[in-house]
Amino acid sequence: MKARIIVTLKTGVLDPQGKAIEAALRSLSIEGVDGVRQGKVFDIEVSAVDSTAAEATLRAACEKLLANTVVENYAIEIL
Amino acid sequence: MHAAVVVFPGSNRESDVVRALRRSGAQVSLVWHADHELPAGTDLAVLPGGFSYGDYLRCGAIAGRAAAMDAVRAHAARGGLVLGICNGFQILCESGLLPGVLMRNIDRRFICHRQTLRVERTDTRFTSAYTQGQVIDVCVAHGEGNYFADPETLARIEGEGRVAFRYCDAQGAITVEANRNGSLNAIAGVLSETGTVLGMMPHPENFVEDLVGGTDGRGLFDSLAA
Repeated sequence: MKARIIVTLKTGVLDPQGKAIEAALRSLSIEGVDGVRQGKVFDIEVSAVDSTAAEATLRAACEKLLANTVVENYAIEIL
Repeated sequence: MHAAVVVFPGSNRESDVVRALRRSGAQVSLVWHADHELPAGTDLAVLPGGFSYGDYLRCGAIAGRAAAMDAVRAHAARGGLVLGICNGFQILCESGLLPGVLMRNIDRRFICHRQTLRVERTDTRFTSAYTQGQVIDVCVAHGEGNYFADPETLARIEGEGRVAFRYCDAQGAITVEANRNGSLNAIAGVLSETGTVLGMMPHPENFVEDLVGGTDGRGLFDSLAA
């Protein structure tokens, strides 16, 4: 089973990299970009037999390692 | 004082901290990240600076979950002393031994310069050789040293007086200019609730010899070895 985990910064947490990317887009004359927040995507193969079991595995992966929940949120998508 | 310095793949400041500890009279041994135990009789576990695991995922994230960190957590739970410097501070935050997280510096630059700090606490095992409010001259070298914690956590840290060091100017004033990485409340070093775990971004181990420009870092190691 394939899954995707998306880790993003929580609202209110400063994202200097996102700000730099936003400024770079502006310098490339790409109009209409009001804000950029950078996150991470993990494409994961899970051996679980059903999506409930897969989600439990992936939730544990996020809580234990993939996200720092002090500053990051995560979303799990079973593909 | 028996100190155990934990070395991770990518640690690079272990020799300096070993030297600083020995200079202050500590007996020091090195522990590999895959080891499950600290040497018997360890009083102080030290996590040195560097780029453990290449800073992959997040600074300190993978090291924070290494086997040796289970031993460090057990040591801390027994009341043992733990010191994390630079990457070691990031590892302590990632491992849950200290609150908060070290984010990318506010201006996105890797900073590497001399830095004055104000000593905020002298009644700890790490800082007793300093005087209250003393301004010490050490070094910083990091890209992710911007201390962040949610408002409740920050209020608790401040309320409990758990800030050991703040970035300051040469006169001891806390200014925006002196806080180059953008840390909340100019926090440079944080203590655990018990006061037995200290994480700090600056490098006191850089400045323990006149030969290399200063000795203000000695106080920390002298405090520990006293």
